[in-house]
Amino acid sequence: MKILVCVTKTPETTARIAFKDNNSSFDTDGVQFIMNPYDEWYALVRALEWKEADGGSVAVVNVGPPANDTVIRKALAIGADEAYRINAEPQSSLAVAKQIAAFAKDKGFDAIFTGKESIDYNGSEMGAMLAELLDLPYVSFANYMDVSGNSATISRDIEGGSEVVEVETPFVLSASKGLAEQRIPNMRGIMMAKRKPLNVVEPVEANDLAVAVAYELPPAKTAVKLVDPDNMEELVRLLHEEAKVI
Amino acid sequence: MAVLVFAESQNGKFKKNAFEAVTYGARTAKAMGTDCIALCLGVAEGADQLGLYGASKVLHNGDESLNKLDSQVYTAAIAQAAEKTGANVVILSHSSTGKSLLGRLAARMDAGSVSGANAVPVTDNGFKVKKGVFSGKAYAWYEIKSDNKLISVMGNSIQPEQTGAEVGVESIELDLPASKITVKEVKRVEGTTPLPEAELVVSAGRGMKAPENWGIIEELADVLGATTACSRPVADTGWRPHHEHVGQTGIAIRPNLYIAVGISGAIQHLAGVNNSKVIVVINKDPEAPFFKAADYGVVADLFDVVPKLTEAIKALKAG
Ligand SMILES: Cc1cc2nc3c(=O)[nH]c(=O)nc-3n(C[C@H](O)[C@H](O)[C@H](O)COP(=O)(O)OP(=O)(O)OC[C@H]3O[C@@H](n4cnc5c(N)ncnc54)[C@H](O)[C@@H]3O)c2cc1C
Ligand SMILES: Nc1ncnc2c1ncn2[C@@H]1O[C@H](COP(=O)(O)O)[C@@H](O)[C@H]1O
Repeated sequence: MKILVCVTKTPETTARIAFKDNNSSFDTDGVQFIMNPYDEWYALVRALEWKEADGGSVAVVNVGPPANDTVIRKALAIGADEAYRINAEPQSSLAVAKQIAAFAKDKGFDAIFTGKESIDYNGSEMGAMLAELLDLPYVSFANYMDVSGNSATISRDIEGGSEVVEVETPFVLSASKGLAEQRIPNMRGIMMAKRKPLNVVEPVEANDLAVAVAYELPPAKTAVKLVDPDNMEELVRLLHEEAKVI
Repeated sequence: MAVLVFAESQNGKFKKNAFEAVTYGARTAKAMGTDCIALCLGVAEGADQLGLYGASKVLHNGDESLNKLDSQVYTAAIAQAAEKTGANVVILSHSSTGKSLLGRLAARMDAGSVSGANAVPVTDNGFKVKKGVFSGKAYAWYEIKSDNKLISVMGNSIQPEQTGAEVGVESIELDLPASKITVKEVKRVEGTTPLPEAELVVSAGRGMKAPENWGIIEELADVLGATTACSRPVADTGWRPHHEHVGQTGIAIRPNLYIAVGISGAIQHLAGVNNSKVIVVINKDPEAPFFKAADYGVVADLFDVVPKLTEAIKALKAG
């Protein structure tokens, strides 16, 4: 099986979020970046498991600037065979998808995996876009996958439960929690990653049709109102009369 | 020019998210000086009601293949409906269905898209839409520059509003492709409102000590009519099912009331719940970070205080 995994770079989950230039752009000063957890923990690892079971190869692709190479190297250290960085800095998911679609079009991938969403812009869009541009079926929020030959049985998250679907390769999948268990790169993996190819691909023309133009932080929370543990009637009264939520 | 809203039905019935999406579409259409058209696919009981929420026209295609979600088939259906009605703005719910369709439709229609919008577009100077970013830690305004525009509406971010009247349902002919996905099984927890739609949520964490202690949480949720949720370690160790896990790597929710019991309030947990309207925290540690994000707090042993809270709510409901 020839599998492509899309990986993106996001701020670390505890990063302090601040904006600059009159709230028009994200202030990356002092922010640590990581591989998007859904891409690293679930999409990449499940792709590797599939390869380990049935043979083939796993390639990773990122659309981004040279600074993203550290994240891509980590994917190689975890076990990907080869990596591609499409040298562009799109501001929208559709522009990212157009780059990856142009790259993947003639390469004969049996499956393309993405994360369920990027934890910075929380779009959950890119996988679906890629599937449409490549005219492939799309299985979103996969939490379990069983493969037999070129047919995959996949369980996916839906509101309040799950749905089991069957699909044949080639297809696009977005990975949710449960699809695999996180793998920590070991020393050997890190050493080998240095010798694996990280190819830089020239971008195609793709405009951003939607861009973030301004940011806001949520209003500061007012101080918590503490209620006497022996007076839960008071808490219920506050929720009923003051907050009006029950 | 028109606004097309895909009104999602589940097991043939409309839920709140469909009424929210139509309300959102009607307000968007009004701002643009055009009409809001609702589209229903598959079995859809009571489609005429969508007029009440501001749709001036309701279109329906009941092809059997539409009773199961295949994003390829649905995308073809919605894109064709947009073309036939001359709609350039398409609105979906930000549900698992909507999220599976938004990107596909945006690619098909070459449209700028905003997923998970939490306010009606501002159209006086360009077309700008607000949404939450950085897992609930901030908001961003997106400008959509293309003529075709796609938006999915975050649940609980707009109150469904009846401003119109019932309208007749017209059928629409669509040329549907064959599906490449077979749905084998749908497993839903019956009886409770799924987390993303729940207005009241009772959530518990590692402070519960063991899975067999969850009875007091279920009772509290029961008297409230709330849905239960949990922190990540609790789902990871199998104390609770995965679909209850909220937070950065779980589900992001925005209920009216979120009661957090024995949860410390780690930043990754807060990322999924801090958009809740009202947060109540019950924790024995007064230094627990969750108190900083809470509206109401109780510093106490949860095993003492949760049953008391349940009794007090019973008293309110009885009184
Ligand atoms: C990349 C990443 C992503 C993550 N994503 C998520 C996520 O999506 N969701 C999530 O929840 N976590 C997530 N986490 C984990 C998060 O950092 C915390 O570890 C987790 O939320 C802690 O769960 P908890 O509050 O249940 O447990 P703890 O932190 O152990 O807190 C238990 C709390 O219970 C209180 N307590 C104990 N006994 C009692 C008692 N008898 N009465 C009252 N109070 C009591 C304690 O004072 C304590 O505050 C993530 C972590 C990382 C690194
Ligand atoms: N710049 C990028 N390069 C490669 N893959 C990406 C990029 N941005 C997003 N993705 C993939 O698309 C998924 C969904 O992203 P999003 O639509 O932004 O929520 C991510 O989990 C990644 O797998």
